[in-house]
Amino acid sequence: MAVAKKNQIEVGEAVGIVAAQSIGEPGTQMTMRTFHYAGVAEQVPTGLPRLIELVDARKEPKKPIMDIYLKPEFAKTHEKAKEVAKNIECTTLDKVAYIEEDFEAKTINVTLEPSELEAEGVSAEEVRKKVKGLPGAHAEVKENTIIVKPSTHSLRGMRRLTNRLRGLHIKGVEKITRAIVVRAKDGSHFIRTAGSNLAAIMKNPKVDAEKTYTNDVQEIARVLGIEAARSALVNEIKKVLDMQNLNVDIRHCMLLADAMTAEGEIKSIGRHGLSGEKAGVFARAAFEETVKHLINAATHGEEDRLIGVTENIIVGQTVPVGTGLVKLKMKL
Amino acid sequence: MKKKRKKLKKVRAAGMENKTAVYLNGRLVGYHDNGSALLSELKSRRRTGALSSQVNFYYNQKTDDLFINTDSGRARRPYIVVESGQSRLTPALLEQLRRGEITWGSLVKLGVIEYLDAEEEESAYVALRESDLTPEHTHLEIDPVSIFGVTVSILPFPEYNSSPRITMACAMAKQSLGTYSVNFNLRTDSRSHILYYPQQPLCQTQPYRLLGFAERAAGQNFIVAVTSSYGYNIGDAVVMNKNAIDRGLGRSVFYKTYETEERRYPGGQKDKFEIPLPTVSGYREESAYRYLGEDGLISPECEVHAKDVLVGKTSPPRFLEEITVFGVTEEKKRENSLVLKSGEEGVVDSVMITDSTSGTKLVKVRVRSIKIPEVGDKFASRHGQKGVIGLLRPQEDMPFNKDGIVPDLIINPHAIPSRMTVGHLLEMLGSKAACYSGNLLDGTAFTGDKEEDIRKVMKQYGLQEVGEEILYDGFSGKPLKSRIFMGVIYYQKLHHLVSNKMHVRSRGPVQLLTHQPTEGRSREGGLRFGEMERDCLIGYGASMLLRERLLEESDKTVELVCEKCGSIAVHDHVKNRQYCPLCDADASKLHEVGMSYAFELLLDEVKSLGIFPRLLLRDKT
Repeated sequence: MAVAKKNQIEVGEAVGIVAAQSIGEPGTQMTMRTFHYAGVAEQVPTGLPRLIELVDARKEPKKPIMDIYLKPEFAKTHEKAKEVAKNIECTTLDKVAYIEEDFEAKTINVTLEPSELEAEGVSAEEVRKKVKGLPGAHAEVKENTIIVKPSTHSLRGMRRLTNRLRGLHIKGVEKITRAIVVRAKDGSHFIRTAGSNLAAIMKNPKVDAEKTYTNDVQEIARVLGIEAARSALVNEIKKVLDMQNLNVDIRHCMLLADAMTAEGEIKSIGRHGLSGEKAGVFARAAFEETVKHLINAATHGEEDRLIGVTENIIVGQTVPVGTGLVKLKMKL
Repeated sequence: MKKKRKKLKKVRAAGMENKTAVYLNGRLVGYHDNGSALLSELKSRRRTGALSSQVNFYYNQKTDDLFINTDSGRARRPYIVVESGQSRLTPALLEQLRRGEITWGSLVKLGVIEYLDAEEEESAYVALRESDLTPEHTHLEIDPVSIFGVTVSILPFPEYNSSPRITMACAMAKQSLGTYSVNFNLRTDSRSHILYYPQQPLCQTQPYRLLGFAERAAGQNFIVAVTSSYGYNIGDAVVMNKNAIDRGLGRSVFYKTYETEERRYPGGQKDKFEIPLPTVSGYREESAYRYLGEDGLISPECEVHAKDVLVGKTSPPRFLEEITVFGVTEEKKRENSLVLKSGEEGVVDSVMITDSTSGTKLVKVRVRSIKIPEVGDKFASRHGQKGVIGLLRPQEDMPFNKDGIVPDLIINPHAIPSRMTVGHLLEMLGSKAACYSGNLLDGTAFTGDKEEDIRKVMKQYGLQEVGEEILYDGFSGKPLKSRIFMGVIYYQKLHHLVSNKMHVRSRGPVQLLTHQPTEGRSREGGLRFGEMERDCLIGYGASMLLRERLLEESDKTVELVCEKCGSIAVHDHVKNRQYCPLCDADASKLHEVGMSYAFELLLDEVKSLGIFPRLLLRDKT
């Protein structure tokens, strides 16, 4: 602690600019590299696309991924872990049945496929129940087929229902489309999933909720709170940079994450987030949508106290940073 | 679901399923029972001269289509026809050709040479060399170099260089100074360079000779040493021999043509070439007009400097003046002379008077200046090895060998390994050998002189085989510790001359609108201190420096601001009174505030949007 105190940043140091430059400079090199991973399709976004995703505070990452760690008794063997994974993996109706629209009879025919049912470990009865429970339709069972009669007769309504049927959740945790068991370095097993549903997974008693992780920062903010989201943001940013072998001091990333989460929710960097909510009229006008900000400021009779850096440069004053922060208390 | 790639399908009219479709210039003209037979028949007729040699055929076996193309605009290139593995260009024919009994045209007529277009090339199997011929081949390349374009085929030993360097060498060959046109003395190109003593290279290629390039050479043979030179050739800089330059190495003339005309304006007014009277608005210093004759034109061989007038010209005023009570006002004229641009100087080479297309008097003044190589001028070999002069060193300080030979140019050894321009080294060695043997070196791609042969020549003349020599330091006279590779190589002076680029500014013109410094060399402008540079100063916390850059050295203004209403007040210089035009506040309520003119402009523009900005004043604490 004493060492930390000694190494505190001086008052007036332009930490924001330095952080931006420190992340931005290696970022330019990243652009060139990551956009040219030819041929490797549908990977988890890394490099610049992922960084943009994080900084833009997207609602959901392109590829949400969870690392689910298990209680020791399940983590020991591959088989046990696999069982848990199987229960987690989400099964939808179109995986176990063949769905066809019959436009003449105005019905949707769902034909169950026994081999698939067995592979997924679901009974036909369960599926029938689920289909019957679907609102806005009437279902009839005929041997292996379920005939669904939509309550609306419009083609559009029918198509909508078909899509709902296709995505009908049968089993497992929602949103988790795939779950694979991965062997960790220490010999234990954990589950890596495509799709993320933190709240549901953490409720699972077989799961070690403390270690379980998702790359969906927004979800962490929702489930675990803003402080958790902040550290997740730091981790994710650092991970991207480390993967590219870029040496960026973690404190720059921390400052970025702090700025994004300081208001209690994750704010993006840019027009719709931080930069769009700067205090000064001039600072906002200088960034983007100049006229909009000026006119709004005029209609509200806003006052620019010339607190920020940009404002002071615009009017031609010394900026309140570094040497410009020092002022004379008394005129002698 | 993977989509299966569709096979090319044969499309046919009913009843024609098994026949070859024949297209003439892309239009279906008919069907034939046997496409390949038709093709060989057509080809043989072309070769015997029954069909024009400009017709090309292409038979697509998969779709069973035969295309005949006779239209214009197809790029075609010649090949030697091969039949059953034998070139039709026989030694007998070659001998006849050599004796001048037959010509290229007759070879084409005889069906020995054939031009193929892009489509027919698809069905050709071309051998690069005669020794590669097999019975399957249909054609033979006339020479392996012909796979290159004009620009590459002029470069020596391109097959020894890495491809990016070849690309660069091609680009730079186009920037080299030489004799671009023999009638340059009569021409009025807006700018042109002529090299003083062009030499033909010691290392030439076959196409180089064929093009007659040697008669309009664009470069000189330099004696080059590859060694470091007291740090003056770091990072692609080169050290040049001052005395060699004084003897005329790399010297060139630069012609620049200025022109102006006596324009006519609507309303019957027109410009006039004359020495402007001091009463004319915009009159320059008297000395600026000192070379002008009575007709307002400068005479040839006058030494002119920046801002000297070349052609004195007066124009009618831009706006029509009010007509006074007496009807006619004395017409005020505007100075509109042709002036030598800032930073330029030279001698007036010629003054030409003609008519322009609109029938007005047109004057062209050509100014010449001699460009002697100086620090900053750019030179390049024909291997993409470019460099800028870092130092002109007197001959007595240059390294020398036992015969007293001193290099004209010293390049840095670091320029070689990573760029892999082996051709550069080979040309140096080969041209050096050529100097001793008196035979030009052949650098034609693939067929040029070989390294072993060059080495043999070197040995024959008692020289170190690979061209390394013991050099003696020019300052101490002591031998250098390592042997130095020295040779002769063709270097080009490129038209990037510092004297045409050099630019400095401390004070200078500002823009009318923003009061900020102008941009660009031609306007004596400053270099922009941009947003990222601004960020850096903020990052350092150097606020005072930042303000100096962005305000004091740019567009600082002091304005009176009214503390009552927050608007900008005025100073009436006639009545010497300060007041606020909005609220009539007097001088006691007004304060001088320093700000950037751009900000004041912003306030004005905001006002034009219908927004009233107020400045709230507070004492600085």
